[in-house]
Amino acid sequence: MRTPRLLAVGVLLAALGACSSSEDGKSDSKTVTLVTHESFAVSENVLKDFQKQSGLTVKVLRSGDAGALVNKAVLSKGNPQGDVLFGVDSTFLSRAVDAGVFTSYTAKGGDALPSALTQGTDGKATPVDFGDVCVNYDKAWFAGKKVAPPTSYADLLKPEYKNLLVVENPATSSPGLAFLLGSVATYGEDGWKDYWAKLKANGALVVDGWEEAYQQRFTVGSQGKGDRPLVVSYASSPPAEVVYAEKKPADAPSGVVTDTCFRQVEYAGLLDGAENPGGGKKLLDFLLSPTFQKDVPLQMFVWPAVTDTPLPPEFTKYAALPAKPLTLPADQITKNREAWIDEWTNAVLR
Amino acid sequence: MDERGPALTVPSAGRLRRPASVRWGRGVLAFVPLSFLALFFAYPVASLLGIGFGEGSPGKLLASPGVRHVLWFTVWQAVASTVLTVLIALPGAAMLARYRLPGRALLKALVIVPFVLPTVVVGAAFLALIGPDGLLGVELDRTVWAILAAHVFFNYAVVVRLVGGVWAQLDRRQEEAARVLGASRLAAFRRVTLPALRPAIAAAASVVFLFTFTSFGIVQILGGPEYATLEVEIYRRTVYQLDLSGAAVLSLVQFAAVAVLLAVDGLLTGRRRAARLAEPTPRPPRGWGEWTFVGINLVVLVGLLLIPLAVLVERSFATADGYGLTYWRALGHADASSALPVPAWETVLTSLRYAVAATVIAVVVGVCAAVVLARPGRLTGPFGLLLMLPLGTSAVTVGFGFLIALDEPPLDLRDSALLVPCAQALVAVPFVVRAVLPVLRAIDDRLREAAAVLGAPPLQVWWRVDAPLIWRPLAAAAGFAFAISLGEFGATVFIARGDSPTIPVAISQLLGRPGAINSGQAMALATILMVVCAATLITLDRLRPSNAGGEL
Repeated sequence: MRTPRLLAVGVLLAALGACSSSEDGKSDSKTVTLVTHESFAVSENVLKDFQKQSGLTVKVLRSGDAGALVNKAVLSKGNPQGDVLFGVDSTFLSRAVDAGVFTSYTAKGGDALPSALTQGTDGKATPVDFGDVCVNYDKAWFAGKKVAPPTSYADLLKPEYKNLLVVENPATSSPGLAFLLGSVATYGEDGWKDYWAKLKANGALVVDGWEEAYQQRFTVGSQGKGDRPLVVSYASSPPAEVVYAEKKPADAPSGVVTDTCFRQVEYAGLLDGAENPGGGKKLLDFLLSPTFQKDVPLQMFVWPAVTDTPLPPEFTKYAALPAKPLTLPADQITKNREAWIDEWTNAVLR
Repeated sequence: MDERGPALTVPSAGRLRRPASVRWGRGVLAFVPLSFLALFFAYPVASLLGIGFGEGSPGKLLASPGVRHVLWFTVWQAVASTVLTVLIALPGAAMLARYRLPGRALLKALVIVPFVLPTVVVGAAFLALIGPDGLLGVELDRTVWAILAAHVFFNYAVVVRLVGGVWAQLDRRQEEAARVLGASRLAAFRRVTLPALRPAIAAAASVVFLFTFTSFGIVQILGGPEYATLEVEIYRRTVYQLDLSGAAVLSLVQFAAVAVLLAVDGLLTGRRRAARLAEPTPRPPRGWGEWTFVGINLVVLVGLLLIPLAVLVERSFATADGYGLTYWRALGHADASSALPVPAWETVLTSLRYAVAATVIAVVVGVCAAVVLARPGRLTGPFGLLLMLPLGTSAVTVGFGFLIALDEPPLDLRDSALLVPCAQALVAVPFVVRAVLPVLRAIDDRLREAAAVLGAPPLQVWWRVDAPLIWRPLAAAAGFAFAISLGEFGATVFIARGDSPTIPVAISQLLGRPGAINSGQAMALATILMVVCAATLITLDRLRPSNAGGEL
């Protein structure tokens, strides 16, 4: 009866070996590692292009969302998991910069970007793209009811829009936080809480995440199963509705309330302690190159940071960018973010 | 365990040889789970909590009414969910364990399917049923009832598998003897069957309690932001606020809850011997009483489990103009603008690879731990607690812990391909232990002694006596481990991965973009997840070693 004994010992050793053996994760000068969130996307041929001209292999490590990404970077500061981090947005940039996650480096062409995008970067991060968080409305629903869609934050308090809006919880959702910041930008630090009290009284439904708000409650996103024709989403959601429709519609099913748009910028930076800083710099430069910038809109549904990048027709036709989006100074966000979220939670949920 | 058989006169040579090798063997056995838990649980979690407690004085937190409110809600919803689940699922366990019904193997596999589904998808199914204008006509959306219903939906399988595994092996003759002696059906159940099942029921209830105590997505989606569990608070503080000290305090509260639970569990289980085990063959129901019982159970099964699942399958085919394969076709070819970075079939392969690895790890670690725990010793209590703690720990805590603890050579495992299955196995190990332990403890020691007297070395004794008897619960537990891994999202999403996403991660990516094609593909992927899970479990239930008795 040696079989069971040998078998048992073999299985034990295999199991232990399996769990304790670490793969050779060392990157050499030929590999550059990009640490990013789960929504990062790039066309395969665009990435191949870069690998060909630079002679580097790009390893993409994805995990979690933008919020989790920043905090993981802060926790592993000085001993990062890769060379470049992509995907920290303007609401959390200060947390990463102040913690010393990045080494100073600005990608080639980064200095020429508009100051609205580079504010708060401190030479340590490069804006790669931006998007706006705005209220979306269901065109057909409002046309059918013969009601004009709302045009501003103030309109959302009117009785004709009672029980029509779904918003995300700013404590757990990035668009939710942007919409809260937009209300602060509109009503000031003294007025926003009052606004939210009235918004809640007007039947705004709060859910925890964008997926649920858009895909389950919003009449367009849920294909008519939800009962809310107004949702806090992105300026790029209508073009996405066209791109990802079963049959290409003549017009986007949803529209954007441009006066509610709050701008979010997305940055990349060279990680402090990177194993391949040279390759990291090349990768950062590539993120601002025309090849990558052109690829951004239909891959990630955001606008390229470089101003003169040609946009795909879906974006020029169905997407509206406000002339003057709402913004807040980076340091004001940094100073108050947590307090605002707590106050919001107490005022709206408790 | 506590009722030793009569002393046997054993030849002294055998007597001397056995304790030494047994001690040595048990040392090795204990080493496997202990080293696994130390490396992948205790060390990472302690590192993160250490940072948390180094940051400030977190005592204030527990005094705040908001946190107390969260704690209270967490406890009572978990208790209510557990009681409801056990009450509703126990008859189901009886039916599936004792009666031979057409499609039984399929039903046994289907009850587990909810387990693997991402909560956001289940939320969509429940919304279709009990949301505004829902199919069932009652609007329970964003009430605690929706949360409880979903918890029963998810955890029904825990009771069916853990209790049913033992129930199927109970020797029926004892109950029959009681009936012959004049006991009513109910009395026979209460006096004979129930005491024998008590350890398994306690084990299942404690797992259900822990799953619902640390419930996250369901509470968020079906209850809405007004309802928060400790798990939701820990997640928020860790992931969004980077308030590690607050998260650390709340994690300790969760640990305390697990410890209390295990103490209660120990009291409930008692120190009784389980009944004799045999392998009775399931038989078709007889008489109107049994058929009614089966009928009622089937109604519950269909209403609670199958309708929500059917809603999801229906959605994967429901296009704008009637039923069709639009979404399935979209899954088949990945074009440049696809929301997924890889073709969908790759996510299926990735999920399967992780699940197989996680199952193997969980079974090896879990069986070793169960063998050690089966004979009470001085360390049983702390060791048992350590084994259960991962169930009461937030996936985020484990994920972030890996990041800061396993980041230095020789243990720089942060982007090792094995980190994901090891994290998933952590959650599955307690399950394997809970499934196997009641049976191991129930095995009559005299059997082992007899084998030893006849000259079998300890390992052979185990192979010939214990292995055949634990096979069925082990297969059930392995199925569960597989399902847990297949559906795991929390830890997986936090571990940076260079390969393709798993199915649940891919579903969340698809749902993260507007457009009918994306949500339709998400439903199609969810359907694939269900089929993969059910097919695997049916296969596992049929696999058996040649020397296991009974029929499966």
